[in-house]
Amino acid sequence: MYTYNDFDEAFVRERVAQFSGQVARRIDGSLTEEEFRPLRLMNGLYLQLHAYMLRVAIPYGTINPDQMDQLALIAEKFDKGYGHFTTRQNIQYNWPKLPDVPAILEALADVGMHAIQTSGNTIRNVTADHFAGAAADEAYDPRPVAELIRQWSTDHPEFQFLPRKFKVAVTGASHDRAVVRAHDIGVVLKEQNGVKGAEVIVGGGLGRTPMVGKTLNEFVPFADLLPYIEATVSVWNLLGRRDNKYKARIKITVHEHGIDDIRARVEERFTQIKPTFGGIDMEMLAQIEQHFVAPIFANKPVDAYTRAYENDPVFRAWADTNLAAHKNEDYSIVTISLKKPGATPGDASADQMRSMAQLARDYGHDELRISHEQNVILPHVHKSNLPALHAVLKGNDLATANAGLISDIIACPGMDYCALATARSIPVAQGIATRFDELKLEHEIGQLKIKISGCINACGHHHVGHIGILGLDRAGVENYQITLGGDGTETTVIGDRTGPGFAYDEIIPAIERLVHAYLNARLDAEETFLQAYRRLGMAPFKEALYPPKEEKANAA
Amino acid sequence: MARPFTPKIVTANALLEGDVIYLSPQDTWVRDLCDAALFSQQDQAEERLAFASKDGFVVGAYLVDAVAGENGPEPVHFREDFRRTGPSNHNHGKQAEL
Amino acid sequence: MSVIVQDGGFIADDFIGEWLDLTSDTDPATLKQYAGSAAIRIDFPAFSDGRGFTLAKILRLSGFTGRLRANGHVIADQYAMARRSGFDEVSISDELATRQPQEQWLARADWQAHDYQARVRRPATAS
Ligand code: SF4
Repeated sequence: MYTYNDFDEAFVRERVAQFSGQVARRIDGSLTEEEFRPLRLMNGLYLQLHAYMLRVAIPYGTINPDQMDQLALIAEKFDKGYGHFTTRQNIQYNWPKLPDVPAILEALADVGMHAIQTSGNTIRNVTADHFAGAAADEAYDPRPVAELIRQWSTDHPEFQFLPRKFKVAVTGASHDRAVVRAHDIGVVLKEQNGVKGAEVIVGGGLGRTPMVGKTLNEFVPFADLLPYIEATVSVWNLLGRRDNKYKARIKITVHEHGIDDIRARVEERFTQIKPTFGGIDMEMLAQIEQHFVAPIFANKPVDAYTRAYENDPVFRAWADTNLAAHKNEDYSIVTISLKKPGATPGDASADQMRSMAQLARDYGHDELRISHEQNVILPHVHKSNLPALHAVLKGNDLATANAGLISDIIACPGMDYCALATARSIPVAQGIATRFDELKLEHEIGQLKIKISGCINACGHHHVGHIGILGLDRAGVENYQITLGGDGTETTVIGDRTGPGFAYDEIIPAIERLVHAYLNARLDAEETFLQAYRRLGMAPFKEALYPPKEEKANAA
Repeated sequence: MARPFTPKIVTANALLEGDVIYLSPQDTWVRDLCDAALFSQQDQAEERLAFASKDGFVVGAYLVDAVAGENGPEPVHFREDFRRTGPSNHNHGKQAEL
Repeated sequence: MSVIVQDGGFIADDFIGEWLDLTSDTDPATLKQYAGSAAIRIDFPAFSDGRGFTLAKILRLSGFTGRLRANGHVIADQYAMARRSGFDEVSISDELATRQPQEQWLARADWQAHDYQARVRRPATAS
């Protein structure tokens, strides 16, 4: 894992001092609220519905046990004893008070963390595949490049007041777990003629106008990557629209000018910018790579695992859903579900954070990850340790066997917290998970991703959910629109809207009808919801969602 | 014909705590919606909003629809109903302080 | 009236000559022709409009070596950004200078310290 050098350390300390000064200057009137707002946002501090919210960066979702312990401590000392892991691999605290925020940032700096550029019209915290360095299908570990991009983008003088936010995601595996085609820039690592580099994808994004990213350049060698990304942001900083915030994102710029025009501009800017890079960035990358060498894997029998798998049905159910293939076949990647039915997706108590940190120390080579699906990952666990690990998880309410299933729902904070929300999303997720838990149908249904957003901004990625739910305000009442067939992987597809939305008390029964329609229509248990939808199209699902009027009358 | 004016309250968040606050009839900031001043005239509402916006210790003051209830003003929209209570998934915020 | 801010703090305007004024929506393709100018002022209509920083950078990359001033609503917290992007100085209103007095600007005069950009752009060590 990356650890701060003296420069990083001094930088975050200086930044904390600056922010402490900005808070004081806001209070004494030197800064107006209008001026303070972007400054607090670029330090991760929002003002939400009920309170401030501090969003802490977990760069590319990678975190060590000491850092996790510190997050727990902050939750207890400055918040209400819990934190919320988000779809951008960050953690949010929902109740900090403004005068405490400098102390929180200081506590983060103590463990090499910060909240810089987790908000505002800046280049946001870089995200990456949460299975990085562990996945069996990985060709290149995305984290060193992601760290290099983090350093380059941090405090970039030109890019702190962009037209809008700018999100970068990196992956190096054949299966895309980082949703790179739904980011302003997606970086897909590859090799060409023995040279390492990346495909650069631009202009993806969800929100009001969802778009799948387009290839800007098939192959940019590593030596050109930072100047190439800088050229792209530089072009957009001047060209992006500042007259309408819904048209400001680079996806709209690309859409309005065309990808070829943008590419030509980027190439031209690149030739100007490239000479300003002296070449040290490649040496820095090589050094960063040293921080991410794989742990020394144990070579020992896996009998304990086999025995538990054969004899303990609870363990087996969990192993079947929550383990993923590791590149070392004696190891597994463990998904710790933060989606216990009825709980808030992504919330973890301070005690849970500490127990996960300890598990990472005891069994996980000191590493944890946060996934964009709002779960915690232990990327390297020897199979022989899985039964013991599972026992600890059970004792801490963390052993829910539902990764990838219908109750493993992504939900943004929605109107329970978010000032921009048009409806709630958390109680909808709670309701769906609880309902399917009662029905005991979850394992029968199999892989099904439900994603819920509380407004058009789509933080809950509803467009790429197999079932997407979007909460809206229709004439002063919460109303939920459904989309079907979305896909956030390497075959990214934006889901199709089914038709009119459903009221708050109708949405859970509607989802139930949809799922029953799938169970009735699927060829066999192997055909997933998404495959069935692709084969059958909208019709059978629409019929289930909107039964003809007479039937309704008869039923009543 | 002009639509009848819906009575308004002035609300904001407190700069230091971030808490939801309301302008009272005494021009002070109160934490409970039922203690807020309800303005039935548009001019008056806008004038009090302008006054309230000048306070450096509040953030994002705005006018919101409300109706007179038995125990003071009541929200019209569900968003304001959440703001005066707290989130629905945890017993935090104002609902926990009652 | 306006106040000029440089690394040493507030100074009275000592410039004699003609400014070439550029707005923040200037087309970057047109910047090359100004490379030989003596002094250029880029307008910041609002502090949240960050185009001026990139314009400054491109002007410098195009070979402009004259005096470069950020003119308008730039706040003290942006001073380091302005300097790092290629500006020599900032010109602000009296109102802003009163609200954000000299020491708040001097606090950012050490713009060369803690600069990730300078760091990632260093020359490769000879190998
Ligand atoms: S999708 Fe909307 S409601 Fe949900 S977190 Fe994002 S902005 Fe808030």
